[in-house]
Amino acid sequence: MLRPVTDADGAPFWEYAAQGELRVQACAGCDEFRFPPRPCCPHCQSFESEWRPVSGRGRVWSYVVAHPPLLPDYAAQAPYNVVVVELDEAPRIRLVGNLVTGAGQPLGAFPPESIRIGARVRAVFHDGLPQWVPERS
Amino acid sequence: MAAGSGGLKDATALVGIGQTPFAKRLPEDERALACRAVLAALDDAGIAPGEVDALASYTMEETDEVELAKACGFGDLTFFSKVGFGGGGSCATVAHLAAAITAGQASVGVAWRSRKRGSGPRPWTNTSVQLPTPAQWTRPYGLLRPADEIAMLTRRYLHEYGATRDHLFNVALACRNRANQNPAAIMYDRPLTREMYMTSRWISEPLCLFDNCLETDGALACVVVSAERARDCRRRPVYVHSAAQSLPAQHHGMVNYWNDDPLTGPAWSAARHLWKHSDLAPEDVDVAQIYDAFTPLVLLSLEGYGFCGRGEGGAFTEGGALEIGGLLPVNTGGGGLSEAYVHGFNLINEGVRQLRGSSTAQVPGASACLVTAGEGVPTSALLLRS
Ligand SMILES: [Zn+2]
Repeated sequence: MLRPVTDADGAPFWEYAAQGELRVQACAGCDEFRFPPRPCCPHCQSFESEWRPVSGRGRVWSYVVAHPPLLPDYAAQAPYNVVVVELDEAPRIRLVGNLVTGAGQPLGAFPPESIRIGARVRAVFHDGLPQWVPERS
Repeated sequence: MAAGSGGLKDATALVGIGQTPFAKRLPEDERALACRAVLAALDDAGIAPGEVDALASYTMEETDEVELAKACGFGDLTFFSKVGFGGGGSCATVAHLAAAITAGQASVGVAWRSRKRGSGPRPWTNTSVQLPTPAQWTRPYGLLRPADEIAMLTRRYLHEYGATRDHLFNVALACRNRANQNPAAIMYDRPLTREMYMTSRWISEPLCLFDNCLETDGALACVVVSAERARDCRRRPVYVHSAAQSLPAQHHGMVNYWNDDPLTGPAWSAARHLWKHSDLAPEDVDVAQIYDAFTPLVLLSLEGYGFCGRGEGGAFTEGGALEIGGLLPVNTGGGGLSEAYVHGFNLINEGVRQLRGSSTAQVPGASACLVTAGEGVPTSALLLRS
């Protein structure tokens, strides 16, 4: 499986994720969330930022079901879903992830036909990566 | 029109086009293919290689200017440029040459593209090289290929606007039907049916095999000179009426879902510039060559360039609108989906053929043609006229 190849701006996201925490970069000047992380704020040009905890609740914005040809580790689990989740606190922050039956379960285990745009999901963590499970209503 | 006073409008013209055969596998390397296409384009224009003083290509091009210039016997080069973002750069090569020639920096420009994607490596198969941004946010989750990235936008598009796979099929079919008329196309003798489309294997749902472009070996080139010089060339000039490049505000590349408004891609801002500097409007366009690495890009582009309203791209394709005789015939050589995928350069050459009246799927009396580059990345576009 591919590991995130981080850069200086993105590293804090992965450090928090490794501790089971979902945090998003926010501008310390004007309070705007931004993603992907970057050195300065496109709204107020401030270089001051903070990593703000979010609830890990969100909704499915879109999804795909990937089939081979794929890299071997991924082909072994295909077909599997990849989702984009928009966060409750900041709907314009959209994170790529996988909808799983539980943290660390195979990517292909979640039945693709039960995925719906708009479905509520919440973050779980496995091996330093945020993943998503359906939220019980 | 004197250089500088009227911008690019009709100040330059395409006077030569050339290409190699297209195939899944060609024996020659990319450099040799590039030389063949370039020399063919110069021969078509009736211009000697020693007169070339400007070059333009785009990133992911393996043949560099030094190699091409010495192999083909060019004169002193006074302008050369390489446009970023892969397939988004195709039309910008012509735009850069047009700008350089209009500004007096050069007089004979050649743009080219040589690729071996049919038999060579695909960038997304490389597991060791991952660009830190944005790949760290997508690749670990198995969003690996351009098809996956575009499929994500497509699913949302279908959901938001009620478009269907039949609309995507209409795009694939129009391209295939034109390729069936074009002996140079890889899919010349391979008709497509709705049943074949609907039962084909998935690549990344909602995109199936026929929503994806061909992997191709091949090279193409074209020659740009001033409108004044063009009058003395062998062929009827095809004027660069308007040209645009676009990297819109808060753009994120293939992963446009990080934008506030993910379904308005770079086509929208390219179109604003293109039409602003044009005497023409979308309804004046007789034929369009729209970048089609994936079928949904055509729907997004139809909206972005103003052929229909937002969210109406799917409905626009109904009733044979994209076919010959339809509202807007597209990709009349077969496009990236069915002629060849050479990062969109074949769309430029087909635009020239339409305005010369020499296409294998000629739109009668075509006098204005839109050509676009990769949608979903920083892009470019040309409005050509005869
Ligand atoms: Zn700010």
